[in-house]
Amino acid sequence: MNIRVAHLYPDYLNIYADRGNIAVLAKRAAWRGHELDVDEIGMHDEVRPDAHDLYYLGGGQDREQLLVAHDLAAKAAALKEGHAGGAAFLAVCGGYQLLVRGYRGHQGDDMPGVGLLPLETFAGERRLIGNVLLESDLGPIAGFENHAGRTILDSGAEPLGRVVSGFGNDGASGYEGCRLGRAIGTYLHGPLLPRNPRLADWILAQALAHRTGGEPPELAPLDDALEAEAQAMSARRARPSRRPA
Amino acid sequence: MHVPLGLEVAAARAVAGLSRLVGAGGGTTVPGKLLSILDPGAVDRLAARLPAGIAVISATNGKTTTAAMAAEILCPRFELAHNRSGANLLSGVASTLLAADGAQLGLLEVDEAALPEVMRRVRPRAVCLGNLFRDQLDRYGELELVAERWRAAVDALPGDTLVAVNGDDPLVGSLRAQIHYGLDDPTVARPSLQHAADSKYCVVCGEPLVYAAVYVGHLGDYRCPNGHMHRPRLDVAARNVELHGLECAAFDLDLPGASARVEIGLPGLYNVYNAVGAAALAHALGAGVAEIADGLGRFSAAFGRFERIAVGDKKLLLLLIKNPAGANEAVRTLVDGGAPKLAVIALNDAIADGRDVSWIWDVDFEPLLAGLDKLVASGERAAELGLRAKYAGFDEIEVVPDLAGALDRGLELTPPGGELVVLPTYTAMIELQRIVTQRGLKKAYWS
Repeated sequence: MNIRVAHLYPDYLNIYADRGNIAVLAKRAAWRGHELDVDEIGMHDEVRPDAHDLYYLGGGQDREQLLVAHDLAAKAAALKEGHAGGAAFLAVCGGYQLLVRGYRGHQGDDMPGVGLLPLETFAGERRLIGNVLLESDLGPIAGFENHAGRTILDSGAEPLGRVVSGFGNDGASGYEGCRLGRAIGTYLHGPLLPRNPRLADWILAQALAHRTGGEPPELAPLDDALEAEAQAMSARRARPSRRPA
Repeated sequence: MHVPLGLEVAAARAVAGLSRLVGAGGGTTVPGKLLSILDPGAVDRLAARLPAGIAVISATNGKTTTAAMAAEILCPRFELAHNRSGANLLSGVASTLLAADGAQLGLLEVDEAALPEVMRRVRPRAVCLGNLFRDQLDRYGELELVAERWRAAVDALPGDTLVAVNGDDPLVGSLRAQIHYGLDDPTVARPSLQHAADSKYCVVCGEPLVYAAVYVGHLGDYRCPNGHMHRPRLDVAARNVELHGLECAAFDLDLPGASARVEIGLPGLYNVYNAVGAAALAHALGAGVAEIADGLGRFSAAFGRFERIAVGDKKLLLLLIKNPAGANEAVRTLVDGGAPKLAVIALNDAIADGRDVSWIWDVDFEPLLAGLDKLVASGERAAELGLRAKYAGFDEIEVVPDLAGALDRGLELTPPGGELVVLPTYTAMIELQRIVTQRGLKKAYWS
């Protein structure tokens, strides 16, 4: 089966390792006999709501994020239609902020958002930087965050996970990310999927479900020993040092 | 009221001696830290004591090498106070100036985040600004922010401070400067921007820049398609560049009204950039073209940047990697010099390495992996490196987090007479140097 991926603004939203996340999806799909077809969707390109099974938005620096925000507003309706039709989304860091209703900057430098995820985001004073460990339905998720934005979920909205260590959405609520149907937004940037293979497989299964119109399939298990080792090390980094490593 | 400077200097120096005595390090930053607590204004006055003034060098990549090259050019002309150990924050600058008895010129490599404060305090006579690459976002913040701080700091310099900037970097080349340096030889250009290229948009309108030639990362001959900016005319340029594998490079160094053929005992285009930057600074300080060419010809690599160490009948080749742009150049240099079959890559995540290891996914390791029979992944985050290679489709990975263990394994796999390539991040490089020194092997030589 070919899984059709829309990689949005790869030239602008690629701050750290976003191609790593795509590479992991491609390999893990290939090892199960599926193929990832990645379309790069740039400025002024059209989004057709039924053409893709997975939408990927990576992180960008403030300037790049602002450059795409206005273009993305024109794609918002099609993206929401895709989501409503069961397509999967993974939006990381800057991409996560672009999927919200809007972003309130420090000095009125507001950005429009797609309005897909049920949450508010505003600029905080201090950047929240460091290793993070989450507990989630998909097991532990380990990563690195570096964001000035503070994200507050709407009442009843589901986070990606609960923060075991690190800051998460706003440094206070104890929540990280957001999950709505088959869409995931998260501040965990960088090589999120290499060291979190269960999350990678969950996303692949959701995309396959959209492709076939059926239920998310059980994917054949893989040898994830190296992935587990990387996740364990990343989790140790996130935990306060007084705990035994 | 101030304690007399002499008294503070004596106290801080005593601490330096003590710091070395207790083995806390080379005493390169402790005295400076003490001095800045005793009297934050002391750095300003220490700097003012140098009769020939201060020259400052900063860049994301290559500042240690550029400063070392400039030192080699300038040492016949001036007695130098140079922070050659790379202690490049305000405390390191203070320590260097403290130890500067008899020196005439301060030659200071400065951390890019520390640059504004250091320039405000030491009031440099000449400044060389090399490049801004994406590096350690967890520590420095976003590239734009660093660039804005540099812009404000350069604008605040007095008009008679001579500023030399790398014209090939769109962010740095647009700073206010009297001297623009760069490369001008499309025959050594890359076909296109690499994945890790950073500053590829016009600073005015945000349109992607158009490149007539790309040399390293986003450095090259660029222009905005809407006419807002372009690579400035080069005052100091390298032309007719020849790269000789892993051994050396040669180029015509063109200064205003003078030219000389230069050979450097270091490989790669990024070292040509370092050499032209050092040449531009030396030119600003009054050195002539022959003097510059001689100095660059005498130069041998800065600590750990490209270092060969004999281990019995085998050799170690150490190439520091610290961010995508630098690592890409290390990979390109290795592959151009005859791709190795075995490599040790060591990834640490201490503060000096960057705690965020995401950057390895932005490095184009693929050309290196394509030639390897075996990769030994080492360092605290060895497993992450292993995953980087695994998802690039490379299977022959051994994960040996312990550096000494990885070194032993690498040497074991190296045939007699062979050379083991090791690519360490900063703290892994320091640790490797310690290991080889402990084993009594450290007798560096230069080919």
